[in-house]
Amino acid sequence: MQNDLKKEQKAGRFGEFGGQYIPETLMHEIDRLVKAYNYYKNDPTFKKELTDLLHKYANRPSLLYHAQRMSKDLGGAQIYFKREDLNHTGSHKINNVLGQILLAKKMKKTRVIAETGAGQHGVATATVAALMGMKCEIFMGEVDTKRQSLNVYRMRLLGAKVHSVTTGTGTLKDAVNAAMQEWASRTEDTHYVIGSVMGPHPFPTMVRDFQACISAEIKKQLINETGKLPDAIVACVGGGSNAIGAFYHFIKDKDVRLIGCEAAGKGVDTEKHAATLERGTTGIFHGMKSIFLQNDDGQIDEVYSISAGLDYPGIGPEHAELAAQNRAEYVGITDDEAVEAFEYLAREEGIIAAIESCHAVAYVKKLAPQMSTDQIIVCNLSGRGDKDVAAIARYRGEKIYD
Amino acid sequence: MTNISNAFKNKKAFIGFVVACDPNFEKSIDYVKTLADAGTDVIEIGVPFSDPIADGPVIQEAGLRAFKNGVSTKRVFEMVAKIREKTTVPLVLLVYLNNIFKYGYDKFFSACQQLNINGVIIPDLPVEERSEVAVFAKKADCSLIPLVAPTSGNRIKKIVAGTDGFVYAVSSLGVTGARDRITTDLDTMVSNIKRFTDAPIAVGFGIHSPEQAVEIAKTADGVIVGSAIVKIIAQEGTHAEEKLIDYVSNMKKALKQPETNRI
Ligand SMILES: Cc1ncc(COP(=O)(O)O)c(C=O)c1O
Repeated sequence: MQNDLKKEQKAGRFGEFGGQYIPETLMHEIDRLVKAYNYYKNDPTFKKELTDLLHKYANRPSLLYHAQRMSKDLGGAQIYFKREDLNHTGSHKINNVLGQILLAKKMKKTRVIAETGAGQHGVATATVAALMGMKCEIFMGEVDTKRQSLNVYRMRLLGAKVHSVTTGTGTLKDAVNAAMQEWASRTEDTHYVIGSVMGPHPFPTMVRDFQACISAEIKKQLINETGKLPDAIVACVGGGSNAIGAFYHFIKDKDVRLIGCEAAGKGVDTEKHAATLERGTTGIFHGMKSIFLQNDDGQIDEVYSISAGLDYPGIGPEHAELAAQNRAEYVGITDDEAVEAFEYLAREEGIIAAIESCHAVAYVKKLAPQMSTDQIIVCNLSGRGDKDVAAIARYRGEKIYD
Repeated sequence: MTNISNAFKNKKAFIGFVVACDPNFEKSIDYVKTLADAGTDVIEIGVPFSDPIADGPVIQEAGLRAFKNGVSTKRVFEMVAKIREKTTVPLVLLVYLNNIFKYGYDKFFSACQQLNINGVIIPDLPVEERSEVAVFAKKADCSLIPLVAPTSGNRIKKIVAGTDGFVYAVSSLGVTGARDRITTDLDTMVSNIKRFTDAPIAVGFGIHSPEQAVEIAKTADGVIVGSAIVKIIAQEGTHAEEKLIDYVSNMKKALKQPETNRI
């Protein structure tokens, strides 16, 4: 029923959310992108090339791992981890980047640009640009270049130029602003590889489609192993790409709870958080109508999280709609809880996961004990944690320099 | 004839831009009056936004100064109320869509109507999304000024359909800010736009010198100057009157040259 309604909707709309709210200078290019994407997404050659890259270069399908020690320790639901951290470049970001850069190549682009928060999307973009022989420039907030300096060097090693963005808050939203400005000045040879399910149509839909392999695989793998669907899927949410990827093929399975974990930073009742769906209101920014953290005057808030990848004042429009329909739930996880989960997962399962992903792990720790042992939670481990080790050590007061 | 298109009658229009509350609330009111008295035909007032993705560094910094002075949408309307006590110059707000959305479309345009704000330029509202705003603007008799970019091509027809103020032809790709060289073929761009509308066409983005104005006014109906004016205010602070008058006079003189007015 809902899906019938959706079909009648304008392309790029999720309920009232989504749309194409960007300057006219970019609309011509956006029109081209919509056309190209609509064509290539059904093109057998494109699909085969992308699948080959995902399987042979990026290490897909990623494992679905039954975390037995953790399940036992928490004493409730069986916990499975979808191991996006084992992908080449260490996160889910590569799924989207391979799709977009392959598309850019078909559109005869020779240069790609991207924003990055934690650096994972920047690293994935720089990697695939190297693979496909494209020029690459990455925009990263100055604050983030400091807390993720290892990733900055990684990008440079891969041949990308990294711009440190000093305007505004010097974090992810400002990196997006800078990348959009750069794109507006140069679309002829350049594609902007947006790193999450955000921005103007077609990005939220296109990035979702490229990430949907996560839920397609989960479904197949879990049914193979257990014969069942999961009871809940838990994923962290920055812009929302790994979460929508993990949710997508379960949206119609109404009995599967979909839970997104936002960064509550120092607490949603403080000023230092990035819990968009818990504290945000409807607005129009970065090309989309969605939910944003903003003041009464429509000025976008400065947001905060220990995790550079979740430090974003908005959320993809499809999540805004899933929340409005109560189809998905969104919860806040504080810095402390995420760090605690980071350490717990390392000790309990021998997995050092990204601090972003550990926001999801932290919620699993709360949820699993409330469920029975024959129930299943799938938690999306969106990335690996090497990049965070030094920062977590400092958080714990150790004197380590990376 | 709207108040705005009147400003283009029998002449090439000079359109100037200031950021609200830069250098401060009172002074920015005075400067609008100064610009109007010096002959500026239409004045655009920029409503600062936290993330102005269409603006270059000069206007971004002006926005930051304005935030320090407590600018808000409400404050901009208070400012215009004071301006309206002093001048009837056509006024246009340059405002990002989120500011209007949060204020409430209906409430925002009602305020525009009350204050005789004649038009609104929304840099992040392409024609695809215009309808949600257009009903309110129309009801309030406020022109939605459409932007045409060098890349607009076959989009121009639908962009300029129904224009009742003027068409804003964006001279260059990228963001606002003075440029020494404009590489777009403006003649062709302006005549392409003219095929689809009778509304006057003003060219902006990067225009700062009288020479550029002369060149552009050969085909276009007006020029828009933003960053160059904002820069004067940045440099002169609360004592910018004289420089502003000089600047506007020079630009007006350039636009009055006979060759510019050949039809
Ligand atoms: C490992 C990891 N997980 C999650 C995110 C958040 O992005 P999204 O919500 O789009 O998945 C990032 C972003 O940098 C990331 O690096």
